[in-house]
Amino acid sequence: MPVTDKRRADPQLQAVRFLLDGEIVSLTDIDPTRTVLQYLREDLRRTGTKEGCAEGDCGACTVVLAEPDQSGQGLRLRAINSCIQFLPTLHGKQLLTVESLVAADGTLHPVQRALLDCHASQCGFCTPGFVMSLFALYKSQPDATRRDIDVALAGNLCRCTGYRPIVDAANTMYSYAAASETDGDWTHRAGGSAGDQERVICRKLVELADDSTLSLTSGDKRYFAPRDINTLAELVENHPDACILAGGTDVGLWVSKQLRELPTLIYTGDVADLQTVTTDDACLDIGAGVTINDAVPHLLEHYPEYEELFLRFASPPIRNAGTLGGNIANGSPIGDSMPALITLGTRLELRKGKTTRELPLDEFYLAYQETALQPGEFVTRIKIPLPESGREVRSYKISKRFDQDISAVCGAFSVELDGSRVRDIRIAYGGLAATPKRALECEQALLAHDWNEASVQAAMAMLDRDYAPIGDMRASDEYRRKVGKNLLYKFYLETSGTSDVASVYEYAR
Amino acid sequence: MNTRAKTGTQSSVPVQGGVGQALAHDSGHLHVSGGALYTDDIPEPRNLLHVAIGTSAHPHAKLKKVDLAPVLAAPGVVAVLGAEDIPGENNFGPVLADDPIFSPGLVQYVGQSIFAVAAHSYTEARRAARLAKIDYELLEPILDPEEAVRRQSFVLPTETISRGDSRKALRKALHHLQGKLKLGGQDQFYLEGHIAMAVPREDGDMLVYSSTQHPGEIQHKVAHALGKTSKDIVVECRRMGGAFGGKESQPALFACIAALVAQQTGCAAKVRLDRDDDMIMTGKRHDFVVGYEVGFDDEGRIQGIEFEYAARCGMSADLSGAVNDRTMFHSDNAYFLENVTIVSHRCKTHTVSNTAFRGFGGPQGMYAIEYVVDEIARYLKLDPLAVRKTNFYGTDDRNVTPYEQTIEDNILHELVAQLEASGDYAERRSDIAEFNAASRFLKRGIALTPVKFGISFTATHLNQAGALLHVYTDGTVHLNHGGTEMGQGLFTKVSQVVAEELQIDIDRIKITASDTSKVPNASATAASSGSDLNGKAAQLAARTVKDRLREFAAEHFAVSADAVEFRNNRVQAGKQTVSFTELVNLAFFARVSLSSTGFYRTPKIHYDRKTFSGRPFYYYAYGAAIAEVVVDTLTGEYRVIRVDILHDCGKSLNPAIDLGQVEGGFVQGMGWLTGEELWWNDKGELKTHAPSTYKIPVCSDLPVDFRVQLLESAANREETIHRSKAVGEPPLMLALCVFHALKDAVAAAADYRASPHLDAPATPEAVLRAVDELRARGTAQPERQTG
Ligand SMILES: Cc1cc2nc3c(=O)[nH]c(=O)nc-3n(C[C@H](O)[C@H](O)[C@H](O)COP(=O)(O)OP(=O)(O)OC[C@H]3O[C@@H](n4cnc5c(N)ncnc54)[C@H](O)[C@@H]3O)c2cc1C
Ligand code: FES
Ligand code: FES
Repeated sequence: MPVTDKRRADPQLQAVRFLLDGEIVSLTDIDPTRTVLQYLREDLRRTGTKEGCAEGDCGACTVVLAEPDQSGQGLRLRAINSCIQFLPTLHGKQLLTVESLVAADGTLHPVQRALLDCHASQCGFCTPGFVMSLFALYKSQPDATRRDIDVALAGNLCRCTGYRPIVDAANTMYSYAAASETDGDWTHRAGGSAGDQERVICRKLVELADDSTLSLTSGDKRYFAPRDINTLAELVENHPDACILAGGTDVGLWVSKQLRELPTLIYTGDVADLQTVTTDDACLDIGAGVTINDAVPHLLEHYPEYEELFLRFASPPIRNAGTLGGNIANGSPIGDSMPALITLGTRLELRKGKTTRELPLDEFYLAYQETALQPGEFVTRIKIPLPESGREVRSYKISKRFDQDISAVCGAFSVELDGSRVRDIRIAYGGLAATPKRALECEQALLAHDWNEASVQAAMAMLDRDYAPIGDMRASDEYRRKVGKNLLYKFYLETSGTSDVASVYEYAR
Repeated sequence: MNTRAKTGTQSSVPVQGGVGQALAHDSGHLHVSGGALYTDDIPEPRNLLHVAIGTSAHPHAKLKKVDLAPVLAAPGVVAVLGAEDIPGENNFGPVLADDPIFSPGLVQYVGQSIFAVAAHSYTEARRAARLAKIDYELLEPILDPEEAVRRQSFVLPTETISRGDSRKALRKALHHLQGKLKLGGQDQFYLEGHIAMAVPREDGDMLVYSSTQHPGEIQHKVAHALGKTSKDIVVECRRMGGAFGGKESQPALFACIAALVAQQTGCAAKVRLDRDDDMIMTGKRHDFVVGYEVGFDDEGRIQGIEFEYAARCGMSADLSGAVNDRTMFHSDNAYFLENVTIVSHRCKTHTVSNTAFRGFGGPQGMYAIEYVVDEIARYLKLDPLAVRKTNFYGTDDRNVTPYEQTIEDNILHELVAQLEASGDYAERRSDIAEFNAASRFLKRGIALTPVKFGISFTATHLNQAGALLHVYTDGTVHLNHGGTEMGQGLFTKVSQVVAEELQIDIDRIKITASDTSKVPNASATAASSGSDLNGKAAQLAARTVKDRLREFAAEHFAVSADAVEFRNNRVQAGKQTVSFTELVNLAFFARVSLSSTGFYRTPKIHYDRKTFSGRPFYYYAYGAAIAEVVVDTLTGEYRVIRVDILHDCGKSLNPAIDLGQVEGGFVQGMGWLTGEELWWNDKGELKTHAPSTYKIPVCSDLPVDFRVQLLESAANREETIHRSKAVGEPPLMLALCVFHALKDAVAAAADYRASPHLDAPATPEAVLRAVDELRARGTAQPERQTG
């Protein structure tokens, strides 16, 4: 469906263009906050994809997006939650659903066959979501361990099976012969190597979205998707009331759950400058638009201590969409990246119009859901100091469930010892105050003291001065207090080599 | 007509898809391809209206003024309905008339339905529903069951079962313990939320698609609400995206509302609940407070025991009567309680009306007795398993339940012995003790718990079922029965029964949507009875047709009826064989009826609710499980390391499906006892109403080492369908071993000196609290009295 230049120039007539399976879809006059799930189920009546929660937490709505990878030759696949993904963000991408994987002649994809043969569906309502999460796993990893499977399925709930048969299917799906010519797994199709097929799709996708800003208008709603940072800066400054949309894993719920109207959206996902990760001598510099899943490997390269923290951060589909910048800018008191980043001495780069400034992360949070961002300003980069030798860092997340749960408490610690004395210490918690916050009194109690049981116990008591946590459905105030202290103790034990502490999760593997 | 009768020997190949085969779920291929149609996937009629429900913001209040003008004025809105717009009965309660469809002036829980708004789109309806201006006159709410007992606030009268003289036995016993237990409720969390779509038909008739375990009840409630009769309403349900009891009585509210809107507007109307609304508005498993007193001897043998249950029933009776009866019936679990008194309060609270959930009150009773047995063991410093065995029902003596049913089929002794050996219980127990002695912060625990679960509806009249079977001239079969498919594989199993009976391949059988116009007056698909009842009814329907065919064949081929045999898609009549299809054709031309109903009622059961005695259960299902866990005593977090299960499905109709029920039930039970916490604030608002706040088990919670076995060669003693046993509910309670393994690990944190106070759900917070409380208690023994 060729689009004329006139259409491109006139925002009224601009279209969202994406591939659904192999077909180009071009949509104009759409409500920018319409979700991909609503589009599939209500507009197309393509009902294989289900709604189980409309908040990104059950996985029934899981679909896969394909985009050209960095080489521009191959495709990158990401499972995402269609219930909170806004439709215009599909621009320039390929959308695949459970129906995509079935060949025209009805032949099922290996993932589907494995699930069927393993008796992995009972009521079947969760199954399309599992199909798509497993499809993403199947494509990204040639052979998965139980751990990989657990990770890949952390965002998919099944109430019927108890998961054993689904794990079996994940283990056996690789042994099925490749699917047929016409199924949604185009990399298996005849008529060229997998690579050829991917290149064809890539080319189509590149043609769909050019370098200009996508701007849509529908009624009194507007949507902008700029592609470079200067345009973004201009748009944000000119629309100070606009909602910045990154992965939408927070913003999506404002619409799906709170039914909020968001008259102006400015999407950062296509801004190339926000997608970069660089490292110099002193710091790891992550663009605000980098997804959690893309950012984490870089962070873990320098700080492997955070592996469990980020395994426990949401689920793959959420981490595939949600950004580190969004996590920080959203400023939830129970956001998981911030305590660790605060203790590392992370600085944010902010931009307003043409002006750029830097701010330490712990000065960014002013009050409950209030940040230092000025109207028209946004986060551009997250600058994380590289490890210093002799410094020990940890961050522990505590929640009812290991996977895909919001923290009751998240504690982060960073200590530098001078012999047995504490030369420098930074402690920050989420879940104990209205913002992610440093424990300054507790830090003072340790600074220049011996790193031993007595001083740590004394410092633990000081946490009651730093925080007055509330009780809610995730945890009582007593538990928050108690476990907050114990996490400091755990950090001490782990860094002083005095004990056999271990994560139960590691132990049980 | 060419009969093409052949002579020859019968093939002994079993029919494809007969009983006992591990067949895939009949909809499996549709599930994995996205082709299975759930209620929301059914193509929508033109002009369909979407309905949202306006609900109460307070737990107990009078509605002083309800201003719906802003709702009506909202974009896209077509109609607004309240209590005064109901032409018939304003009630969807299954037993008592105490569940209004729209509140007539008094609201009794946060989330109670007050009005409905119909709009052109789902979002417009939801937005509009939030615009109502409601003035409330606040009344004092009762928010927990203990408070309800204090205030004598009950939805139904208190009931008592007693046998022997528990007071006297308690006085005389050597040891004595008493205590109070709390255990939380549980949300069903079916993945498909509540939904109904009503489509008006001519002359005021209504077709209702409902995600329901009980189409018959939907039919009745909709008829009553519309001021119609049963003949005017047809209810259909092909499948549910999970139900677990949550779609037994609850769907009627939404079906009634959809039908009322459709009746008033003349347009089809759909009510589909958002997850939050679903969890806030609909009932869950009852949470309980249990007081107990027990007297026992040096071996832990229970001599006298008393339970006092306070169950949160919520604002109305719903199914709470039968649920709490089942709690009382399962307060023995596997144990002989000679002198026993069980008192059951059915508390009225200003919270959502609790309802059926897999196990239906049984799990709570079993939780209580298992807890007490564990307390006894820890008090006496005995292995809890030893005390469990000491108290097991006997096979020939000590085998009468508190409700006077003699247990005739006890297989627990062998079953537990087998599991104990295959699960290396003793060896692991001593390994764990060794590990715990050396480990400062991580503690491991282990427990083996048994399950005995009574099968049948306790209301005797519900134990009946009907089926309808047509054979077409091409030899294919249309099968219908009163059961519903919620994922449990009922349709598959019943088809297998019919394939076996008619000796035809299963792919010739189409099992069709539950439909009140095909099989009338069906009971809810519940109480694990689905295949027991409907399998038998379908078998009888098939047998009727088969008998007619047999009679016809005997005549046609001039042999005796005994000489006609159906085997593997063929029929042998004396020396001649024809295909099943050929015989059907011949019979058709001979004007033989090829359609039949089947009807079954469970034999032997009887029960007098006044005295709580009789034989409420046709038989019992048994099982046992071992769990091993590790707990972090600094944070309370834990993992289940290994689980071994041995479960009795009788002679399984479909081992793959039964295994699925066992595993799925176990993991669901584990969720109930561990991470699934329902949390209300002091305003009576449920704050855990979505998967973001209510945490059911996820894949990684499944123990890496998970060994599940169905008990082999365990034909049901009773003449059930192919000697199988019901398997829907019993496995849920296998998960009690996880709770007790956690308790064991917590006990290890204070060197097993005392018994921890651990309540369910054992969230990390509850575990840490128990650890700290136990350590703070030091070496002090629990209160003890010697009699
Ligand atoms: C199911 C589920 C599970 C979750 N689990 C976790 C978890 O375990 N831990 C956790 O911490 N969080 C969790 N979250 C929250 C969320 O995923 C994270 O906060 C995520 O990082 C948000 O990123 P995003 O790109 O999706 O932000 P968006 O939703 O796009 O935006 C969030 C906010 O940040 C603003 N914003 C985004 N980018 C910028 C920018 N460059 N400059 C200024 N403002 C900006 C937006 O305007 C908005 O106010 C979960 C969410 C869901 C739905
Ligand atoms: S519907 Fe539950 S994650 Fe999207
Ligand atoms: S099969 Fe029912 S939720 Fe997974």
